[in-house]
Amino acid sequence: MTVTSREQPSASHALVTTPAPPHGRLRTTPPWWFTAPAMLLFAFVVLVPSVRGVWYAFTDWDGLDPSFSLVGLENFREVTRDPDARLAIRNTLLIAVAITIVQNGVGLLLALGVNTAVKSRNVLRVLLFAPAVVTPIVTAYLWRNLLGPDGAVNGLLDVAGLDSWQRNWLGDPDLALWSIVGVIVWQYAGYSMVIFLAGLQSIPSEILEATAIDGAGPVRRFWSVTRPLLAPAFTINLMLSIIGGIKLFDQVWALTGGGPGHATDTLSTLIYKDAFTLGEFGYSIALAVVLTIVVAVVSTGQYALLARRERDVS
Amino acid sequence: MTRYRPRTFALELTMIAVALVVAFPVYVLVNLAVRAPSDTSSPLRPTTSPTLDNFTGAWQQGALGGALANSVLVTTASVVVALAVSSLAAYPIARSTAHWSRGVFLLVMLGLVLPFQLATLPLYQTMRDLGLLGHAWALVLFYSGLQVPFTTFLYVGFLRGLPREFEDAAFIDGCGPWQAFRHVVFPMLRPITVTALVLNAVFVWNDFFTPLLYLSGSGQQTLPVAVAGFVGQYVSEWNLIFAALLISIAPILVVYFALQRSIINGFAGGLKG
Repeated sequence: MTVTSREQPSASHALVTTPAPPHGRLRTTPPWWFTAPAMLLFAFVVLVPSVRGVWYAFTDWDGLDPSFSLVGLENFREVTRDPDARLAIRNTLLIAVAITIVQNGVGLLLALGVNTAVKSRNVLRVLLFAPAVVTPIVTAYLWRNLLGPDGAVNGLLDVAGLDSWQRNWLGDPDLALWSIVGVIVWQYAGYSMVIFLAGLQSIPSEILEATAIDGAGPVRRFWSVTRPLLAPAFTINLMLSIIGGIKLFDQVWALTGGGPGHATDTLSTLIYKDAFTLGEFGYSIALAVVLTIVVAVVSTGQYALLARRERDVS
Repeated sequence: MTRYRPRTFALELTMIAVALVVAFPVYVLVNLAVRAPSDTSSPLRPTTSPTLDNFTGAWQQGALGGALANSVLVTTASVVVALAVSSLAAYPIARSTAHWSRGVFLLVMLGLVLPFQLATLPLYQTMRDLGLLGHAWALVLFYSGLQVPFTTFLYVGFLRGLPREFEDAAFIDGCGPWQAFRHVVFPMLRPITVTALVLNAVFVWNDFFTPLLYLSGSGQQTLPVAVAGFVGQYVSEWNLIFAALLISIAPILVVYFALQRSIINGFAGGLKG
């Protein structure tokens, strides 16, 4: 300890966070085999099966028969021809975009509302976040009942004298997708709120007070000061909601099972159905490869875009 | 910012109204779960003669006790293994500047992007060939590996911000790398361990897709699969179903309200990396 403390310049804290200069025999690097248990598990569960998955996507494997043959790009050609797959891709993207916009919009408003002098702010934060920790399949079954023809949502509209707004929320092919989006927003708006709230609380109040003294109104203060300083929270929230939306399975499965017809099938529900009810493993994995590409393109694109904006702002 | 004005009061009322809207489904859930099936009045009307029959019925017919035990076992074992192997792996990844270390970290980052749907089907086949389908331990194996990239990523980010002086002191005092990790490094990782624990536990506890694949049709089920099976069996007996739903989310809500501060901080802070 005396050696290292003598090395530190008195006024600098920088040395604490950056690696100290190498110091001969004192510097011991932990051995590589510390990574072995984690990497073995990771390879067995994720890496090897993923590589095999990509390979199967070019075969006509049915999941059981050990003899199968290479079919080249046939599965992918089938994806472009299959109307179910095209609808599922469209639904997946629609759901992801809708969730991203609405969930983060609501989450931001909630965060701005909670981050004020209101007395109930702590209780509000805990209550509004609570749905995010509850099992998605359970909340989805609950909502399946609430959104039914005789469910509580239509009951509420009846009490409010809005009978004409009553709908078969999950049975109407034009509405079902948006009902699913509504359920997701109900469950995860509090999650977005909590992340925005952490960003808001890291903004020094002096800056906001100074701009207020300079005569900026609340809207101007939000747009010119708060919004740019929230850039990191925006990055995290947008990534989480768009990737979560693309992979969505549980809620669709429990709310509509992909129906009515195929109206609300997403890539994830279609992958499951093709593999386990139709036995088309090769085709199903080709769909999973498509899903992987969508996730990779969207997440790297979005990350690059937001990272650049974050840099421009700071 | 901190003064309480009439406008703040108006905002307070608005926010409470929003919270009531968010809580509304829970009111219906409880209201119908304590209602006898013969009562067919509106789901909005408070139940006049509440009963607990639905809960005893759901508990027995849904075999929820066994599923609860399985969920606890799977979640605990998976999270312990994932945290142990990931923290250990993060140590050399964060400290070594060698090429292999950077390569391993890139692999881990790749694991963050890969959707598990891609690995699911080939892994299903492997698990079947190894005779692991239908065993809760297959799930522990699965989650331990699946959560390695994210957990390691959290630990590496945190470790890179920690000074090396404490480890160096331990080495000077004659500790080997294992002892330094066990007695010096791991205790310092406590804050990020809590975050990783919260995020992993909530994910594993709530996951439905994986146990649906690996455990369906077997006697060993986790709560989400048991609930889904229950709903499939008692299609329109909603009073019974709602009791089962309530039983299945009670444990997580109790834990949430008891530890809300660390849980919310885990979700808010963990993803900043």
